[in-house]
Amino acid sequence: MKTRVYHLFIIPSAMVLVFFFLFPLLIMFYYSFLQRGVYGGFEPIENVKEYILSLVWLKNYIRVFDSLYIPIYIRSLYIALMTTIICLLVGYPVAYYIAMKVKPEHKIFYLFLIIVPLWTSFLIRTYAWILILRDEGLINLFLIKIGLIEKPLPLLYNEFSVLLGLVYGELPFMILPIYSSLERIDISLIEASKDLGADEFGTLKRVILPLTLPGVIVGVVIVFIPTLGSFIVSDLLGGAKSMLVGNLIQNQFIVARDKPFGSAIAFVLSSFVLALLYVYRKFLGGKIDVL
Amino acid sequence: MEKFASSSGQALIEIQGISKSFGTVKVLNNIWLSIKKGEFFSLLGPSGCGKTTLLRIIAGFENPDSGRIIIDGVDYTYVPPYKRPVNMVFQNYALFPHMNVFENVAFGLRYQNLDRDEIKKRVFEILDLVQLTGLENRKPSELSGGQKQRVALARALVLKPKVLLLDEPLNALDPKLRKEMQIELKKLQHNVGITFIFVTHDQEEALSISDRIAVINAGKIEQVGTGYEIFERPRTEFVANFMGARNLFTGILHKLNKHVFEVELPNLVRFRISGGESLKLNESEFKFIVRPEKILIRKTPVKNNSFVSVPAIVESKLYYGASTSWVLKANGFMIFVEEQNKNVKFKNEFYPGEEVYAVWEKRNIVFLEPA
Repeated sequence: MKTRVYHLFIIPSAMVLVFFFLFPLLIMFYYSFLQRGVYGGFEPIENVKEYILSLVWLKNYIRVFDSLYIPIYIRSLYIALMTTIICLLVGYPVAYYIAMKVKPEHKIFYLFLIIVPLWTSFLIRTYAWILILRDEGLINLFLIKIGLIEKPLPLLYNEFSVLLGLVYGELPFMILPIYSSLERIDISLIEASKDLGADEFGTLKRVILPLTLPGVIVGVVIVFIPTLGSFIVSDLLGGAKSMLVGNLIQNQFIVARDKPFGSAIAFVLSSFVLALLYVYRKFLGGKIDVL
Repeated sequence: MEKFASSSGQALIEIQGISKSFGTVKVLNNIWLSIKKGEFFSLLGPSGCGKTTLLRIIAGFENPDSGRIIIDGVDYTYVPPYKRPVNMVFQNYALFPHMNVFENVAFGLRYQNLDRDEIKKRVFEILDLVQLTGLENRKPSELSGGQKQRVALARALVLKPKVLLLDEPLNALDPKLRKEMQIELKKLQHNVGITFIFVTHDQEEALSISDRIAVINAGKIEQVGTGYEIFERPRTEFVANFMGARNLFTGILHKLNKHVFEVELPNLVRFRISGGESLKLNESEFKFIVRPEKILIRKTPVKNNSFVSVPAIVESKLYYGASTSWVLKANGFMIFVEEQNKNVKFKNEFYPGEEVYAVWEKRNIVFLEPA
C-alpha cells in the first residue's frame, strides 16, 4: 500500500518528461521519415501505403551517410574525444588536489570556485571568450603591449578556440564526479599502500586510480555525450571549417529548413551514443556500476 | 622519565622523547620507550590516550613535534612510511577492495625486487601460515571478518618487517573469535620471531598476549612492565584503577622506628608493616590498593599478624557463577571483593546488612607512588 502512494510522487516529473521530452522526440521521429516541402515544411503524403512501399521514407537516413557529411562526423568525434581527454587530464589533478591536499575546511571554497561559472549562462560565458581571444582581445593586446609579439596571434575562429571553449564549459562535469569518488576512498587504504612500500606515484597508480575509475567513467560519459552534440561553442568560437554535427543539425532546422533531414541526423547521433553506452555496459558495466 | 630509556644494546626500537600536539591538544608528551627484538609489546590505554598516534608515528604516518624514532640503530624519525622496515595491520584491515587476496598479499613484494616465481612462492607460504590457502582468488568483500584479519596479517608479515605494528586489530571480531585470534596471534609471533607492537584498550587482551605492556594515559606513559607487574604491582593510581584494582585507600603513616611503620586508616584500622623504607614511604599521607580478588570475607577477624582485618557491613552481592562480587561498607570506605567460587555451594554465606570482616594479607597491599 505504501509503495503505491510513493509511486504517485513520480507523476509530476513523469508528466514533464512525457510532454516536453518524449512527445517532441516522437514528433521528431515522425518528421525524420517525411520529405522537405518546396518552401520548407513537409511534402504531403498522398497515399500512405504507396509511400511506405516506395521506401522514400528511408531517403533521409540514407542521406545522413552521404560522403559530404562524413568529415563533419569524424571532426565531431575527434573534437569530442579531445575535449574529453583534455578534461580528464586537467580535471583529475584538480579533483585530486582538492580531495587530498586541501584542508577539509577549505574544500567547500574550492568546490564553489568550480561551480560558480555555472551560475552564468553558458552562451554569455562563451561570448566572453571572444573578448579574450580575438585579435584586439585581452591576451593579444597584453602580449603586444609587453612587446612579446608584433602581430596578434590567431587565437579565435579555429580548432584551438573550439577546444578551449568546450573544455572550459565541460571541465566542472569532469572534476565533480572524480572528486566525489576520491572523497570516498578510505584514507587508510592510501596509508596501507605507503606502508607496504608504494611511494606517492605507486599509490596513485595502484590504489587511487583504480578506486576512482567509476568517477572517471561518469566524468567521461557526461563530458563526451554533450560535447558530441554541441553546437554553440563551434558556432561562436569556431571558424568556417569547424562545423560539427551539432551545427549540421541546427542548420537543417534553421537555415536549410529541412526538418526531416535534421531529425534523421539527430536520431542517428542519438543511436550512436546509445550504442556506445550499451557497449560500455556490456564490457565494463558488470565490474563498475555507474550508470 | 629517563628511566624508560634503554641502556642495553639489544633494543630494536628506541622511542626517544616523542611529543606530538594536534592543534592545542598535546596528544603525546615526552614518550620514552625501548622495545627489545622479538618482543610482543603492547600499548595499553583508554581511547584518546595517544597510543594510536604513537603507533602512527612509528609507522611514519605522522611526524612527531620532537623526539626521535630509532629502529635497529637507524634514525627513522622523518623517513616516509614506504622506506621504513615496519609494517602495519590496520584496525579496519584496509584491504584493497579492487584486488583479490593474492594481489593484496603480493602488493608490497613488488617493491622488493623479486621475480614472479619468488613472489608467488612467498605469498603461498604466508597464506599457508595464516591458514588461508585456497582463498587467494577471493575479493575482500567475499571474506569473513576473521579471514580479512588474516589477509591483513599476511600482507604485512610477507614483507618480513623488523617490526609489525597492530592497531587494535581484533576490535571488529566477535568475542569468541577474538579469543581464538589472540592465541593464534601469540603463536604466530612466536613462530615468525618478529617484534610486535600491539595497540589495545582491552586490559585482558594486553595481559594475555604481551611480553611487556606500556600503560599510557593522557599522552604520558604511566608504567612499563610485564603483565604481572602492571596487574599486581601498579605504580600509579591510574594504572591501578585501569587494571581494575578498585580498592584505593588513603592512609596516614606513623614511623615507629627505622624499620617498622604503622599504617592508620582513620576510624577504621591500624596495622604495622615492616620494610617501609624500601617502599620509599616517607610521607605522612599516602595511597595504597588491595585488589578485589585478594580480599576475603570472614565472620571473625583473623588473628594472624600477617593479615589485616577491617570490620565492615555487607552492602550488596552479584553472583556471576564462576565468581561472586561483593560490596562491603566500612565506615565510609567502599570495599570491593571478588570471590572465586572454588567449591560447590547452594546458598549464601553472607547477607546484606551482616557485620563481617574484610581480610587481606599484608603482602597484597600495593603502595602507589605519590602523584
